[in-house]
Amino acid sequence: MSDMTEIVKRISGVNPRKCMKCGKCSGACPAYDEMDYHPHQFVDMVENGRLEELMNSRGIYMCLSCFACLERCPRSVEPSKLIEAVRLAVVRQQGKNHLNPEQIPELLDEELPQQAITSAFRKYRK
Amino acid sequence: MTYSYFPGCTLKTKGKDLDIWGRASMEALGVTLEELPQWQCCGAVYPQAKDEIAAKLSSVRALASARDLGQDLVTLCSACHHVIKRVNRDMAQDEYIRTRANNYLNLETPYTGETKVLHYLEVLRDAVGFDKLKEQVKKPLTGRKIGAYYGCLLLRPSKELEFDDPENPTIIEDFIRALGAEPVVYAMRNECCGGYTTLENKPYAARQAGKVLENAANCGAEEVITACPLCMYNLKENGGGRLPVRYFTELLAEALGVKEAEA
Amino acid sequence: MQKIGVFVCWCGSNIAATVDVQAVSDALAKEPGVVFSTNYQYMCSQAGQDMIQEKIREFGLTGVVVCSCSPRMHETTFRKTCEKAGLNPYMVEIANIREQCSWIHKDKETGTEKAIILGRAAIAKVQLNAPLTAGQSPVVKRALVIGGGIAGIQTALDIADAGFPVDIVETKPTIGGKMTQIDKTFPTLDCAACILTPKMVDAAQNENINILSYSEVEAVKGFVGNFSVTIRRKARFVDETKCTGCGLCTEKCPQKKVPNEFNLGLDNRRAIYIPFAQAVPKVATIDPNYCTMLKTGKCGVCSKVCTAGAIDYQQKDELIEREYGAIVAATGFNPISMDKFDEFAYSQSPDVVTSLEFERLMNAAGPTGGTLLRPSDGTHPHTLVFVQCVGSRCDGGEKGKPYCSKICCMYTAKHAMLTREKYPDTDVYVFYIDVRTPGKNFDEFYRRAVEEYGVHYIKGMVGKVVPENGKLKVQASDLLGGQQLHIDADMVVLAAAIEPDKSARPLATMLTASMDTNDFFTEAHPKLRPVESPTAGVFLSGACQGPKDIPETVAQAGAAASKVIGLLVKDHLTCNPCVASSNEMMCNGCSACEKVCPYGAITYIDKDFRGPNRTTLRRRVAQVNPAVCQGCGACTVACPSGAMDLKGFSNAQIMAEVDAICK
Repeated sequence: MSDMTEIVKRISGVNPRKCMKCGKCSGACPAYDEMDYHPHQFVDMVENGRLEELMNSRGIYMCLSCFACLERCPRSVEPSKLIEAVRLAVVRQQGKNHLNPEQIPELLDEELPQQAITSAFRKYRK
Repeated sequence: MTYSYFPGCTLKTKGKDLDIWGRASMEALGVTLEELPQWQCCGAVYPQAKDEIAAKLSSVRALASARDLGQDLVTLCSACHHVIKRVNRDMAQDEYIRTRANNYLNLETPYTGETKVLHYLEVLRDAVGFDKLKEQVKKPLTGRKIGAYYGCLLLRPSKELEFDDPENPTIIEDFIRALGAEPVVYAMRNECCGGYTTLENKPYAARQAGKVLENAANCGAEEVITACPLCMYNLKENGGGRLPVRYFTELLAEALGVKEAEA
Repeated sequence: MQKIGVFVCWCGSNIAATVDVQAVSDALAKEPGVVFSTNYQYMCSQAGQDMIQEKIREFGLTGVVVCSCSPRMHETTFRKTCEKAGLNPYMVEIANIREQCSWIHKDKETGTEKAIILGRAAIAKVQLNAPLTAGQSPVVKRALVIGGGIAGIQTALDIADAGFPVDIVETKPTIGGKMTQIDKTFPTLDCAACILTPKMVDAAQNENINILSYSEVEAVKGFVGNFSVTIRRKARFVDETKCTGCGLCTEKCPQKKVPNEFNLGLDNRRAIYIPFAQAVPKVATIDPNYCTMLKTGKCGVCSKVCTAGAIDYQQKDELIEREYGAIVAATGFNPISMDKFDEFAYSQSPDVVTSLEFERLMNAAGPTGGTLLRPSDGTHPHTLVFVQCVGSRCDGGEKGKPYCSKICCMYTAKHAMLTREKYPDTDVYVFYIDVRTPGKNFDEFYRRAVEEYGVHYIKGMVGKVVPENGKLKVQASDLLGGQQLHIDADMVVLAAAIEPDKSARPLATMLTASMDTNDFFTEAHPKLRPVESPTAGVFLSGACQGPKDIPETVAQAGAAASKVIGLLVKDHLTCNPCVASSNEMMCNGCSACEKVCPYGAITYIDKDFRGPNRTTLRRRVAQVNPAVCQGCGACTVACPSGAMDLKGFSNAQIMAEVDAICK
């Protein structure tokens, strides 16, 4: 798991040590109440090697990638990149795709734009 | 003025209104948008992880193709703009990504970020000019109170998108003013609409979209405009119907008298 | 050939642990010109100094090399030692084998080798040293204080009390600075005006103090003890000597819609105005940007109502030139602009205010007469949210400052406490990252806000403020409570970071005083010389050197004054003899040196030289004023013909050192 932590840090480009624990990311996050771990916790838990708990959390699929945490972080820690890297660490594993083509038909409605499905595919599976 | 134009998947299907009125208006303004030949998907989401190269390649193809035509590349869909603009920056500034992407693509001339990527609104502001646009307006939207909805993708990360002030943007408000209507500033205009969680967690997407429209309405907006098909979907389908939502190009076509002529 | 003595210091184990001092003194003994070489435990001790003096006499030494710590530390010490033994002090060279050798090496062999090389270079230089004699320059016994806030006022008062005349130059129409806008002061909660205005009056009445309000420093020439300063006295269109400060004009002026900067634009003033009741000097000023008479030539109401005949629409800016011995920078600070922080909706709602605006809203002389009312609708706010660290502690870039602004924790505690005290029906939240309250009675003050006044301190940060239906919807993290908070607030108060006043940067250029990347003035030494700039004769007072509260500012202001007094009591200053000089035979009059000289020490004269066949050639050559030259050496590098040289650091000496190192 420690190797994995290093990979997550490397591919995200995030240095968790820059964090000053102000919590502005979690103050800005519109998906806060949908996530079991919150943006500031991602930074703290990666720093402290608690990657496994994050990889098992539902929050990685609730992040909107709206970049509010990234934009407003006073220390340029950019938590959204870390959340995405943790999600990638999960879906890149064999059989860990979060979204499968069979699920698509029931998700569709008349107005749903193509980009929603394409985006979800890109985000949730490898 | 002639630009390469990248419409993207949704503008050919569910987001046709964004595309049709966008093209018709530019034509009326004397700007030619030439659709890129054989364009592919932009990639849909910008991959933030440094080692995700393959997902960026289709954007690079579009960028290289505009470069080969010697034209600036204009985008209209917020998501396409976000992805293409950021990938372009990577190709110009990130040696690691540039080398790998070019190795994959094996283009005749390697791509190194030469193309200038412009959003449709930037063309209106900087090439046409909002003052000039105002003069071209045939049917001013006088008395209409319109809220600009920016969402996330046009503005953030501001260091990369370089589009507008990420917390207090003004470009769509200036656009609304040019059309003769009254812009309504509301704080939720740069907060997320719920995005693609509409697939994963519809009630949440609905709450988020509802908050946006609620805030716009409470600040006095009577309608809302957007540049993003996904925002359009969330606000319209999940937003509780509090306010009508339209693409900004539709409004533009209306003010220029283009829409009426075609209808 | 010089007769050189070499003295290698152990500095206890500081040098001796990493450098074989015996090997060094043995090796250097073999250098040409060295007649004596030794090592000793503490060369700077009395015994060490006595030994140096004894050996100078015994061997008739003409040059001395001390291998020890940095010359910054003990060069002066050893020069004095040698001078007492009859040696010219400029015949002493220091080889720094501590900071530049033993402290940075681990391997003794390498350290020893390097120490020998450094010693050899110093010996090579001493071979070419010549005795130098320092000249003297007189001291103008008057000081200039730039900035008339509490820092400048206190410095001026202390200098004046010692009997020296001092001018205060203040860009605003009145002295007093930021403190005039503050309501109460922490941690004692005494009224700022009550303790400041007597000092302003003292300054005005002190016969040694001359207040040049509505004035700016335009140019500075000269050097320590002899500065010549050009000051622009901006036209206020009112004769200061005639105006009685009755204020009638400020009531009758028909132009009523001028944003009142004293209340930060929260209300309006007239085009002719006196900033506030206790202004010093209490003289009206016409704002040329708004005055109808000055803009269109039609009005003249103020002139008609003025019984003293003080209004003068024809007044022009005036430039005056004055001589000073010392200059004190006291240019202060400003809160940063909130333009880049609109996640807090500062531009969207008048009920989102900065802390300084909040001071005005609490102040009896403020726009609401001291009753806390919402700027939007004049109603009484019930829920207030204070946000700390807005723009402070950011990681650089254009958004925010990397430093802690230092004063915000305390004034926010004060605001929260005062609000709860005056309005017990309020709910007050303070969002903090860390509460930083070092200082006498400071933490106790903050704890009182929490424990006695029930202020809700929440560890976390506000992420978004949404104005809606007359409320400010605050979304924030509560890190200790593990939740995201949503508060419907009536007002939001932003503790904006503070930054140096914009005038500081151009002033620093004029003074050749250095600044850090944040435009705070740099002190000569961060610990040991905190109120002096590295430029001789320039001193620092207050927040222009770094964020400070009032007690710290007053303490530093006094310290700066004592340094100024220490300078002004001297009749003469000893000059640095290591100055540039020009070899007239080689100078081609190109002006390259003149252009790079930061002190204006170089001038040109036309001089007659003897040419071939009894002819006379007139040539333009450079001349250095040794009293002005500070020995920086810029001209010696710029000179294309090698005519400029620096005494004590000649090109030949430097090359000899380099040769010795490369040997």
